[in-house]
Amino acid sequence: MPQQVNPRKAPPLLEMTAIVKSFDGQRVLHGVDFDLCEGEVHILAGENGAGKSTLIKILGGIHRPDSGEIRIRGQQMEFRSPREAAGHGVAIIHQELSLVASISVADNVYLGRELSVYGWMRHGAQSAKCTGVLGRLGLQLDPRRMVGSFPISIQQMIEIAKALAHQAHILVMDEPTSALNELEVERLFACIAELKSHGCGIIYITHKLEEVYRIGDRITVLRDGVMVATAAATAMPAGSLIRYMVGRELADHGGKRWRRPSVRGPLLLSLDNVRVNASDRRRRPLVDGVSLNVHGGEIVGLAGLQGSGNSDLLWGLFGAYGRRTTGTISVCGRPYQPASPRKAIRHGIAMVTNDRQRTGLVLNLSVAANTTLAALPQVSPGGWLLAGREMQLAAESTRALDLRAASLRQSVATLSGGNQQKVVLAKWINTRPRVLLLDEPTRGVDIGAKQQIYELMGKWREAGHALILITSEMPELLMMSDCVLVMHRGRPTALFDRGEVTQEGRHGRRLS
Amino acid sequence: MQPLSRLPSVERSSVLGAIRHHPAATALLALVLVLVIGVVFHADHAFYKWSTHRDALRQASVFGILACGMTLVIIAAGIDLSVGSVLGLVTVTFSLLSIHWAWSPWAVIPVCLLIGLACGALCGALVGRFRIQPFIVTLAMMVFARGLAKTVSGGMKVSTAVQQADGTYQFVGVPPIFQAIDSRLLGGNVSVVSLIFLACVLVSWIGLSRLRWGRYVYAIGGNEEAARLSGVPVLAMKVGVYALAGLFSAIAGICQAAQEQQGDPEAGLTYELSAIAIVVIGGTSLMGGRGGIGLTLLGTLIIGYLEKILSINAVPEANRLMLTGAIIVAAVLVQRRKS
Repeated sequence: MPQQVNPRKAPPLLEMTAIVKSFDGQRVLHGVDFDLCEGEVHILAGENGAGKSTLIKILGGIHRPDSGEIRIRGQQMEFRSPREAAGHGVAIIHQELSLVASISVADNVYLGRELSVYGWMRHGAQSAKCTGVLGRLGLQLDPRRMVGSFPISIQQMIEIAKALAHQAHILVMDEPTSALNELEVERLFACIAELKSHGCGIIYITHKLEEVYRIGDRITVLRDGVMVATAAATAMPAGSLIRYMVGRELADHGGKRWRRPSVRGPLLLSLDNVRVNASDRRRRPLVDGVSLNVHGGEIVGLAGLQGSGNSDLLWGLFGAYGRRTTGTISVCGRPYQPASPRKAIRHGIAMVTNDRQRTGLVLNLSVAANTTLAALPQVSPGGWLLAGREMQLAAESTRALDLRAASLRQSVATLSGGNQQKVVLAKWINTRPRVLLLDEPTRGVDIGAKQQIYELMGKWREAGHALILITSEMPELLMMSDCVLVMHRGRPTALFDRGEVTQEGRHGRRLS
Repeated sequence: MQPLSRLPSVERSSVLGAIRHHPAATALLALVLVLVIGVVFHADHAFYKWSTHRDALRQASVFGILACGMTLVIIAAGIDLSVGSVLGLVTVTFSLLSIHWAWSPWAVIPVCLLIGLACGALCGALVGRFRIQPFIVTLAMMVFARGLAKTVSGGMKVSTAVQQADGTYQFVGVPPIFQAIDSRLLGGNVSVVSLIFLACVLVSWIGLSRLRWGRYVYAIGGNEEAARLSGVPVLAMKVGVYALAGLFSAIAGICQAAQEQQGDPEAGLTYELSAIAIVVIGGTSLMGGRGGIGLTLLGTLIIGYLEKILSINAVPEANRLMLTGAIIVAAVLVQRRKS
């Protein structure tokens, strides 16, 4: 691979050479080279399990490499702890933020290195300094407010501010946009531009192709622990990037659209004036006045920003909000009043939540136990759990999804994100649902797994199920949906049939 | 044929690895260590006598029964501080009904078990329905049940000395049910209390490992929200788990009353802490979602033997307590290093 940096010039900000790492005798990194220049956004791409996280954890001092070198500005480093790495200017912004929600912004930003005189806090000086750091990111907020009172997107900025306050110049961002809406993503990108202009180097991990080309200067692709390509972003078009990542050709995932069936299936889900009340009755309902018919073999997309109530509609229908959902609802022709997830499952409804770790999986149970959790009565007649039947059910459902796991008995926590998502889907396959509510079913999974999830949705559609899909990735929504319901502040604002919807059209609608 | 020739070595290493990584391995190792200590400090061959082992198990049984219920609650990511007080309440009730009121054991035992069930179910309902922290709910029940025990007993031990109408005390005979529970079987080699403990272990094991119910307990302990969204009836499960812990406390209370031949309203003070210690020493995580009843059986044996070995060597109680504290920390440290 051509080296970007002339060795006669100043050494690059970060150089990692021939990094090797094994876990339990299994080699996950086979001598990976990686470097980062000042003022550069370097995209680290690769499928789940390619070794990206391991490489980042080595950089962050969480793991130690078996062999290989790390140099920062030409100086050889050996990080024995995350603290040492942080001391040399490495900051990792994890997907799960590491802020203390119950203390103030300033206290978070200076946590561990408070401004104090003999242990006596200098709150005023700290707040002032904090305001300065936030200002560098274009953020104007009260540093004395509690972190937990801000939305996730702002918390992420605070996390970045914390890194800046600690003089970090190597920032690693691991899928920073997975929980952000479009406006917030723009704000983050503006902030990244700001960091670049200050000479920070940024390692950016993402599964979203648009982002790669929006902000990436250079791309490095890992596959199975080997660096397969590194090049300027302009020199690596999307097609070859995917090929490098997956190692094979994929059908053009952007252009494929479902053919509308000639005959409409039966009406499976009908909503009339559905309302989901907030837990506090005096507040505005989360969802108000939604009427919608979903036929068998149809995928309805729900568009809307975070807080528009589209997720709440699914949670409400599934009974996750108890009896706070009102309105006339029928499922498969039978009247249905949401009360609990248990009742919803009995009525043939399944829901894939948007956060598999928090609400989808029981991480310390095995793969098999997770796939059968919602369908346990099937394999436990009279309450007596039949291990053989359970394994059979688990094996059938995971085989259909091409799940890659060494054993069905292993803990589901050990799987990669894409495979964990497949376990969630397998769980709902096993309940034999007719109506599927999918909230971000492809969040945080790699392109190969995404493709398989699309195929599964296609299969469900062909089998005559009714699907409702929420996704923050516009191309995905447009590709998969037969029609799109747009929601804003809990109310439906427009219903588009397919063909009418384009990405630009939706923007125009939202602004009007 | 090549794979076949390689098979044995692969097989053996994986079996060894499985044993080494099994959560019970550390607990088993600790138990073996304790037994080795017993062999070394055998106190004039007292440790080699079967009666020593029989008594070690018998003395640990009441704690073990409490620990069975505690294990269920802890796997469901809860905690039950009320087991000791419920035990006290049941010893008092059991003695009062059997000795003073001369009820038939066929009536007394169900009443006592129901009291335990009710105390536990109330805790479970408060935890599950109103989402109050288990620590707070069971702390309240601990205080309440102790108070109830003192009310029922009038603040005095309920013994075979029964106060008459004229204020004098008259001794009555010990009811046969007390003697039956405190007796030994198989030529005096096994205590009935120990058998009751083992039966509790067996019932808990079946519940946790062989029933759908147990899978739900682990699921709730591991991730309550995911379990709820998968259709697990969380409220009913919590009521059930705490009710079972209450039931086990009642069984332990009956055993305790039979062994002491009286109902002491102070009985079971700090027993909840011993039960938690047993569960933790076995290796069940206080975080919930992990562990098992087999570990608790090992934990009970570790604590039981340790106590016995210290007592046959006439180690003063003060030193025993300090040693037990140190061992709890050591056990947890060893387990953490493994994971």
